[in-house]
Amino acid sequence: MTIVHGVTLLAASHASEVVPARAQMATTLGFHIILACLGIAFPTIVLIAEFIGLRRSNAVAMTLARRWSQVMGVLVAVGAVTGTVLSFELGLLWPGLMRRFGAVLGLPFGIEGLFFFLEAIFTAIYLYGWRRLPGWAHFWSGVPIAVSGIFGAMSVVAVNSWMNQPGGFTERDGRIVSVNPWQVYFNHAAAYEMPHMILAAYMVTGFLVAGVYATGILRGRRDPYHYTGFAIGFVPAAVLTPFQIVVGDTAARAIAHDQPVKFAAMEYVPRTSSNVPEWLGGVYVDGHVYGGLRIPYMDSLLVGFRPSTRVTGWDIVPAAERPPVVWLIHLCFDAMVALGFLLLLTGLWAAYTWWRRRRLPAQRLFWLLGAVSGLAAIVAMECGWVVTEVGRQPWVVYRLQTTAAAATTNGGVLTSLSLIIVLYAVLGVATILILRSLASHWRRSDAEQPAVPYGPAPAPRDAGGIDIEV
Amino acid sequence: MIAATVGAILLASVTLYAVLGGADFGGGLWDLLAGTTRRGRAPRALIDESITPVWEANHVWLVFILVIFWTAFPHAFAAVMTVAALPLWLAVGGIVLRGAGFAFRKEMSRLGLQRAAGAAFAFSSLLTPFFMGTVIGAIATGQVPADAAHASVRAWTSPTSLLTGFLFVAACAYLAAVYLVGEAARRADQGLRTYFTRRAQAAAIIAGALSLATLAELHSSNPVLYDRLTGRALGLVVLAGVCGLAVLTLLTTGRRTGVRVIAALGIAAVVWGWGVAQYPVLLPRTTLTLSNAGAPHTTLVALVVLFVAVVVLIGPSFILLFSLQGRRLLHAGEAAPLPDIHTQPRAAPPQPPTRHPLANRLAVLGLVVAAVARRRRR
Ligand code: HDD
Ligand code: HEM
Ligand code: HEM
Repeated sequence: MTIVHGVTLLAASHASEVVPARAQMATTLGFHIILACLGIAFPTIVLIAEFIGLRRSNAVAMTLARRWSQVMGVLVAVGAVTGTVLSFELGLLWPGLMRRFGAVLGLPFGIEGLFFFLEAIFTAIYLYGWRRLPGWAHFWSGVPIAVSGIFGAMSVVAVNSWMNQPGGFTERDGRIVSVNPWQVYFNHAAAYEMPHMILAAYMVTGFLVAGVYATGILRGRRDPYHYTGFAIGFVPAAVLTPFQIVVGDTAARAIAHDQPVKFAAMEYVPRTSSNVPEWLGGVYVDGHVYGGLRIPYMDSLLVGFRPSTRVTGWDIVPAAERPPVVWLIHLCFDAMVALGFLLLLTGLWAAYTWWRRRRLPAQRLFWLLGAVSGLAAIVAMECGWVVTEVGRQPWVVYRLQTTAAAATTNGGVLTSLSLIIVLYAVLGVATILILRSLASHWRRSDAEQPAVPYGPAPAPRDAGGIDIEV
Repeated sequence: MIAATVGAILLASVTLYAVLGGADFGGGLWDLLAGTTRRGRAPRALIDESITPVWEANHVWLVFILVIFWTAFPHAFAAVMTVAALPLWLAVGGIVLRGAGFAFRKEMSRLGLQRAAGAAFAFSSLLTPFFMGTVIGAIATGQVPADAAHASVRAWTSPTSLLTGFLFVAACAYLAAVYLVGEAARRADQGLRTYFTRRAQAAAIIAGALSLATLAELHSSNPVLYDRLTGRALGLVVLAGVCGLAVLTLLTTGRRTGVRVIAALGIAAVVWGWGVAQYPVLLPRTTLTLSNAGAPHTTLVALVVLFVAVVVLIGPSFILLFSLQGRRLLHAGEAAPLPDIHTQPRAAPPQPPTRHPLANRLAVLGLVVAAVARRRRR
């Protein structure tokens, strides 16, 4: 019996559970990752506001920091519970993975645990210390949160990148006999996955914050409060966008080399060849790309800077070892790149206007872009994960273990999937409703005391006419 | 040797989760039993105030337990996760509802929604420890085979497992009530102090009875474990009993000092009694022991190093958190905007009498940092 045959048999034996298990993993991860992004980067954004508030005695920034803290309290709770679900799911849905590789991929998770502790402890001190801790002491109590968010993200992504580029261990007769924690943590794919994810977290968070205030500005609330809120989110996110694109480009080139089948799916490369064209959009079905824009030689150029560069196609592996639904992987990749460039343009627009006129663009289109930038960043991030995860299929640990072999042999995953979808829908809706009710509560309290603490109302000028004082 | 060390680390984490996180679940339980909105307002407020700043940090112990379990003993982990899938899924659901319900309740503006979130919090505080207990019961009675392919309902619904589930609930309630007596006393609230003293006494008696019943039941469901609990682990079992009785006596005589520590010590004795009795077997009635459950030596060494880092970094941080909370410097619901206090001189916060020298030193360190930062600004 060939290996492939065995794999197929295994897959067939409990295929009915693998599909819902994958769907459940994707749902819960797709949900958690949004909160994870906020958990990683929001503390920094809040600290920026508090810093401005303390340093310049800026009451507006201070108010924002306090209000954002309250938002953080809600988000951290949802992030913690959805993260715990994932930890259980690793065992409940993928016992095969944990049984065989738990001793390897558990180590980065352990380091993550260390940073979770720091994050949770200092989050508590920061959130509930506003009244009683003196100004700068309070600020400093928040710094460990921001730092541990970054290291925590590195550690989880270490696990994911290890799944893409496993290494740092020796296996004999189906048992792990030695592990090199350093090589596990800093595996081949970590070099680009870690910065790409952390930058994504900052982009998602910054643009989301900016989006909230851009929406307010579009609705006519053109006051220093809204401009300050917009700027504190927008500036870091926009500044980081070009770096994100560079890292993403590096990642793509590394994948062309290390995970060629994933890359072939991303770029529609059925056969290994040179002069490979680049497809923008388009749906691949049975050897045909429907729709989509074909740019000759472009893919070879992007991979090796020369049209003659040979790009590996998915024909190097048998059909059973290719990812399913290549069009999904390709379209998600294109969407991520397109949205990345859209966000880059939005930032460039603001930078240009600031350079020439020392103010933000007045055009309504800019504020519309700003309002949706948060959603755009989330979509880009989710798309990136689909590329990574679906593109790795049928492997859960690249070329070592199939997803089918990792999955639970228990029935009933469809039930847990259905319940989880209902539970997460309620959780998501409740979170959004609570944040909205907080916002309207603040609006009401601002309406009651218009002069405090925002100073005199701004003179009525056009949208871009107000200088933000940051 | 190294495997035993990691086993001890796992048990230590379980102990910390039990005495810290367990009390947070217990708080939810007393919230559930606090009666109508009006009657239950005062106890609910106290529960809320004492859980809010710490529950997330306490909850991380659970995550840490999972991580150590699957890293150090992956074969046992996979077996437990497969056999006990159903109660674990139910516990997961409870964890989501508990955390979200608790966090949302505070921010909900309408009473109806607030009640719904509160109910989710309170009910899941009951269900989660119960199902976790049944899983431990299934392990202790040797109902988890090493190479299980399918979930089993019988494994966690034996009388021993169900009793363990109830015991977990009672233990959580007991710890929470004892801690809340202290919180009430610190606030000089005589009414609440009596309120929780009564409940702590009741919970102590119920938990004691359930422990004895579980032990008796183990006599038939896992004689080997029973013999060891009454053999080499007897000292710990007796210590647990003595601690329970001591807490009862101290509560009845209205003494405060040390009650919480003794209560936690009692729970710790139960956890370690189980561990010592089972040592070195991971899953009774299987050949899985601490040293052959799937992790190589290097992984175990790395985990020990990690734990040392956790102790060094997290220990002081936890002490800082608990000492700030003990001094009532952390306040729930006060992230909301106030007139800007940072730009005005403030009166010093009331300082309760100092008791933990190390904790105090850390808190003072924080204030010194603050003072230095302030001076630099001028
Ligand atoms: C704000 C979000 C965001 C933006 C604007 C981009 N990405 Fe991305 N991308 C992600 C967010 C993301 C991510 C966080 O979702 C992923 C999933 C796994 C990872 O490490 O980062 C990802 C994965 C990912 C991968 C697959 C990595 C793997 O499978 O290991 C590639 C090749 C790229 N990205 C390339 C790009 C390029 C060329 C971009 C240029 C515009 C780009 N990304 C913008
Ligand atoms: C670092 C953290 C992550 C780890 C350890 C991880 C692990 C896993 C595992 C074990 C599976 C199941 C096996 C498989 O299908 O390959 C999976 C599937 C999946 N994950 Fe991830 N994942 C991570 C991050 C994410 C994130 C943030 C997303 C966001 C959307 C995501 C999306 C998916 C999807 C879509 C699948 C299903 C893929 C398929 O079966 O086609 N993953 N992941
Ligand atoms: C299989 C994948 C994952 C697992 C098992 C997992 C597990 C967890 C757990 C258990 C928590 C709660 C910790 C607590 O109690 O406070 C958590 C929170 C968190 N996770 Fe994940 N996680 C996964 C994927 C990710 C990814 C991909 C990221 C980001 C790169 C991430 C970043 C975070 C952050 C920043 C938090 C803190 C949440 C907050 O403070 O709001 N996680 N995760």
